Amino acid sequence: MPDWLAKALTLLSWGPAGYGDELFHGALRTIEISALAYFLGLTIGALAATGKLYGPNWLKKLLNGYTTLVRAVPELVLLLLLYYAGTDMVNTLLGGFGKGPVEVNGMAAAVGVLGFVQGAYSTEVIRAAILAIPHGQLEAARAFGMGGPLMARRIIMPAMLPFAMPGLANLWLIVTKDSALVSVVGGIAELSLVTKQAAGVTKQYLLLYLVTAFIYLTITLFSNRIFNWLERMTRRGQRKLV
Amino acid sequence: MVWDWLFTYWPQLLYGLWITLVLLFLSMTLGMMLAVPIGLVQVTGPWWLKYPARGFCTFIRGTPLLIQLWLMYYGLGQIFPMIPGLRHSFLWPVLREGFFYAVLAFTLSTAGYEGEVMRGAFLGVPRGELEAARAIGMSPWQVLRRVWLPRALRQVLPTLNGETILQLKSTPLAYTVTVMDLMGATSMIRQDTYRIYEPLIFIAVIYMVITFIITKGFAWAERQVPVKR
Repeated sequence: MPDWLAKALTLLSWGPAGYGDELFHGALRTIEISALAYFLGLTIGALAATGKLYGPNWLKKLLNGYTTLVRAVPELVLLLLLYYAGTDMVNTLLGGFGKGPVEVNGMAAAVGVLGFVQGAYSTEVIRAAILAIPHGQLEAARAFGMGGPLMARRIIMPAMLPFAMPGLANLWLIVTKDSALVSVVGGIAELSLVTKQAAGVTKQYLLLYLVTAFIYLTITLFSNRIFNWLERMTRRGQRKLV
Repeated sequence: MVWDWLFTYWPQLLYGLWITLVLLFLSMTLGMMLAVPIGLVQVTGPWWLKYPARGFCTFIRGTPLLIQLWLMYYGLGQIFPMIPGLRHSFLWPVLREGFFYAVLAFTLSTAGYEGEVMRGAFLGVPRGELEAARAIGMSPWQVLRRVWLPRALRQVLPTLNGETILQLKSTPLAYTVTVMDLMGATSMIRQDTYRIYEPLIFIAVIYMVITFIITKGFAWAERQVPVKR
């Protein structure tokens, strides 16, 4: 075995000698942050899309401001802004209740901020998907006497999902990659921060960043598989286009 | 809110804005120049060009830009000093700057994303037009230059608008490799004045204004394309 390969393998080995286990746990943390932020974003998106389509005028304007603002400002700027502003706001609120300032959990802050940004994008995806439902289906549901919530559950949700799936899959890929930005703020041992620290200690920048890039790539390719399957599931019973 | 720092730091902010715009312009133009051949070989190229191009696009689109940037800056920065003579060559002043690595990483990223977009655009040109061009007796190169490429680029304009804005929103990453763009200037101001929000809010507004201008610019470009309505 050549010398450099042996060195690389030691560096990536499991246990105290190498960074294999650290990178692995970092990757798990990345997936955890991304998944939580993704579902927070989906919740915000579903609510905001409903508000944007059926809400009163002032709510529509407010939500329009939210989606436009968040989508026009760089994620990194938003992340720093919301990270500090969010922490500040929690402490001001607590101060109002006569409690002392607290250290906001870095994990909660990261998930909150990423979810808030994701929410703006999912709002647009879900809104467009709802608008894409053939109008006759909604009229048929109303003709059967369905109320709003029942129609939302039985008709709008399943009919909108095939239209929303490609966009939602993209958003998942975006959030896994955006979670790397959290390492600029620091505090959470996700994949990028772990790599940054490991590379700083060992000076093996090229190797470690390449390995990390391939871990992210693996997450992406694996997610693609799952989303392809999910998309097939949501399209069950529909006529094939091609 | 306190805004008096604006009077002291406006030269830095102006210079930062300039750097941000240069980063955006260089990465988009150089990236598109790479994206056209990357898209083309995926459609018509031989397998030994097709598969590397496809792999490149997958790699770029599947990894965070921040990691790509650090891979360039720290990774290549680790290798370059080992190349004998490079340190004393005329290239070194460029290779020493974070700016070079930011342009390199952003260009490759644009090439990866736009390569995929161009692949779709090349595929989207109606087959009959290409056949007609061949039937007139154009050489493959002429078909590409006179029919295929112009038609593909025209289709891609609306997408390119969104992609340019995405690229603009990626430029602040450059400040993590010591580039003094808008974000870099802001981070310096924040460290000097201990103002946390105001500088960030200020550049957020600037980015929104640039986004608005880009959208208007592309709308103008789209109007220049003659279409039958």
